[in-house]
Amino acid sequence: MTPDLINLIVCGVGGQGNILASQIVAGAGIKKGLRVAIGETYGASQRGGSVMSHIRFSTAFPVGPLIPKGEADLIVGFEPLETLRVLLEYGNDTTKVVFNPRPNYPISVLSGDSKYPDLELIFTQIKNLAAVSVVVEATELAKQAGNHLAQNLVMVGALAASNWLDFSLELFHQAISELFSDPEKRDLNLRAFNAGIKGFQQAANK
Amino acid sequence: MNPVFLKESGKTVLMMGNEAIARGAIEAGVDFTASYPGSPSSEIQETLAQAAKVFGHHAEWSVNEKVAFEACCGASFAGMRSLTSMKQNGLNVVSDVLNTVNLSGTKGGIVLVVADDPGGHSSTNEMDSRLHAKLAELPLLEPSTPAEAKEMIKYAFELSERVKLPVLVRSVTRVSHARGDVKLGEIQTRSRKPAMGFLDRFIGHPLVHPILHLRFNQAKAEFEKSPFNAYLGPENAETVIVASGPSAAYAIEAVHNLGLDDQAGVLKIGTGWPLPEQLVIKHLARAKQVLVFEEVDPFLEDNLKVVMAGAVFQGIAVPKIFGKRGGQIKGPRGAGIGEMSPDIVYDSLAGILGARRPERSEKFLAAGKQAAEWKLPGREWAFCAGCPHRASFWVIKTALKEDDREGVLIGDIGCYSMGVSKTGYNLSRTLQCMGSGIGFANGLGNLAGFHQPVIAIAGDSTFFHSCLPGLVNAKYNGAKMVFIVLDNSGTAMTGFQPHPGTGKNALGQQVEPVSIEKVCAGIGLTVQAVDPFEFEQALKILEDALETDQLRVLVFRHKCALIEGRERKEDQPRVIIDQEICLGDACGCNRFCSRVFACPALIWDNIKQKAAIDEVVCTRCGVCLKICPKGAIKLEQPLKKKAAKK
Repeated sequence: MTPDLINLIVCGVGGQGNILASQIVAGAGIKKGLRVAIGETYGASQRGGSVMSHIRFSTAFPVGPLIPKGEADLIVGFEPLETLRVLLEYGNDTTKVVFNPRPNYPISVLSGDSKYPDLELIFTQIKNLAAVSVVVEATELAKQAGNHLAQNLVMVGALAASNWLDFSLELFHQAISELFSDPEKRDLNLRAFNAGIKGFQQAANK
Repeated sequence: MNPVFLKESGKTVLMMGNEAIARGAIEAGVDFTASYPGSPSSEIQETLAQAAKVFGHHAEWSVNEKVAFEACCGASFAGMRSLTSMKQNGLNVVSDVLNTVNLSGTKGGIVLVVADDPGGHSSTNEMDSRLHAKLAELPLLEPSTPAEAKEMIKYAFELSERVKLPVLVRSVTRVSHARGDVKLGEIQTRSRKPAMGFLDRFIGHPLVHPILHLRFNQAKAEFEKSPFNAYLGPENAETVIVASGPSAAYAIEAVHNLGLDDQAGVLKIGTGWPLPEQLVIKHLARAKQVLVFEEVDPFLEDNLKVVMAGAVFQGIAVPKIFGKRGGQIKGPRGAGIGEMSPDIVYDSLAGILGARRPERSEKFLAAGKQAAEWKLPGREWAFCAGCPHRASFWVIKTALKEDDREGVLIGDIGCYSMGVSKTGYNLSRTLQCMGSGIGFANGLGNLAGFHQPVIAIAGDSTFFHSCLPGLVNAKYNGAKMVFIVLDNSGTAMTGFQPHPGTGKNALGQQVEPVSIEKVCAGIGLTVQAVDPFEFEQALKILEDALETDQLRVLVFRHKCALIEGRERKEDQPRVIIDQEICLGDACGCNRFCSRVFACPALIWDNIKQKAAIDEVVCTRCGVCLKICPKGAIKLEQPLKKKAAKK
């Protein structure tokens, strides 16, 4: 992997707000003067499927929108099963992970056709594989901030607090403010973002 | 404000590929835009529709791609710049007129953007649209990044005006739905005045075929010097990688990461058709081996081979060309199948050139084996929580069962395409292209000796797109079927774009809605509309219609749950499960709500062993209140809610 390249994956389930999160993180990177390439899959995948955004920051040459297998530096997971799935495929011994532990059950699990692995086993496996892994109760924090759907912003806040990207909080604030012209929505998202910062700090100090 | 609409130039902003395409059109001073939505192209016209308020160009959602392109041709005939965008399937709808307007030629710059979907992330095929350019002998450009897409659109307008032909721009999912840094350029002020002069005649006929060839060759000559083709690497490289679209970026990265910078060069081709022959010969003549990376079909590869076969006459030896034809470059499902990826490029380069990729660590290999044992459940597509289609499919399933004549459901294109899968109880027997359902039903409904009842479905947007000829045909020829329009008030699958039935246009202005019922009545058909959430009523109407053994049209009308969710008020009562009433597995219903009805918001409480509601997913639509045999699903009492608020 080239040292002048950062590979970040944001993953979750369709409807969890992957795209918005990736837009904010990438927007912050552009403000820092980095080149950005994002690859994401949606369309039909918004209907409950697995979703993943590949976000790539580079300083030298422009890169394609997809991260090669095993080359993710950072993973932000909105759901534990998806976090493990992506970590297995794209992670390596230096990959850092922050994730929301709240499960979202696939329809095949609800219908009894397949089994969702024991949550504790998933947590243990993520911890075992990742160089660093931090759990942030993003859905709960989002609920407290005003809307459980804002868990994506909580997770962006957690990523910002980790400083793994070395982007200042101010860059994130700017990126969020630019995306929301409606003051009510902007405030809700900023509250969720700030809750994520606190959530990460508390989890990391545990 | 969306940076796409910024009037000043010079700033670098994050843009989706589709937004960059729209910005390119705006910078070129586009006058007229018309499209029909389809992933991964929809955001192009969405952006242009929003931008219309700022820049004053015409923007419309047309009823289908053919009408959209023809409208753009009309604007071009009057000297205006026009752009249409569509997904690959849409180009098939356009192809009739594409193969006459190539002969007649055009006047104002006209650009057709087709966004292919390699791998079929949201499509029923992964057709390679580039073959249409070859078929119609039209110039084609292939952007590799959002930034390049913007520049290509601007160039496409200029080229179109010089050669008097429509110019095709083939994007793919990894350009259209990619995001990247894009530098805003200057916006041309719109000053063209539409007019058709006495000599402005556009007649398609084989007599003018030689003129098409002249124009085509003029484009080819331009492409020889195009900055969209570039070579990166050592001048004497024995290995040359030729790549188009996002594959070019994958190749550059892979060469670098495998440490092959000194041996291999990358020739990026942006002018996909016709190929710049002299440029190709220049770089391939000195190569010992050539690897070709591109999305889906070996289009570039085949054309390179034809060029090099011609080069033999100049005494040039043809190098070894590795690609999809020989099966040397292939994805997990075979050569020429599925999306290109950095991993396919990596592995092919490593295999052919003997380079090595770093191995995964023992820890990861072991974890992979462990996960295989766990059988991590995949995530099948499903109707959203609260989706009216779940209710409609439930009604159809029940009606067909009670009718007991092995009736068949013929599907179509939209969210309800998922009716072929578990979420729609595997009911739909066909899944093809827009409007095909009623077409198939015309055959089945008029087949002597076929006694199974036929139900055809189509969404409201699909109804206007391409169901009308099939419906008229069914009436005229007496095809027996029940045709159900699943009207959820918008083109939901692609992001709720308006259509003639919604009473809104692309700019969000109110227009007189075209009524589905009145259209059907005009054809002379009996129509009945019902809300599928009213199970019993909808079931009765469908059963009655099936019994008539005649052509009947029903409209199952209920707003898309995602639109309804946006409009939902905070104080709408929550749906709850009374776990005192739910008997769990002792009920004998086989967990009817979560296993059979299968709304994603109906989950199972593993501790209490009873049904539960996932509040994060539930839309509070309340349809499940009617399906629990014990009546355990309830609306939370308003009184309780008020108390909770305090």
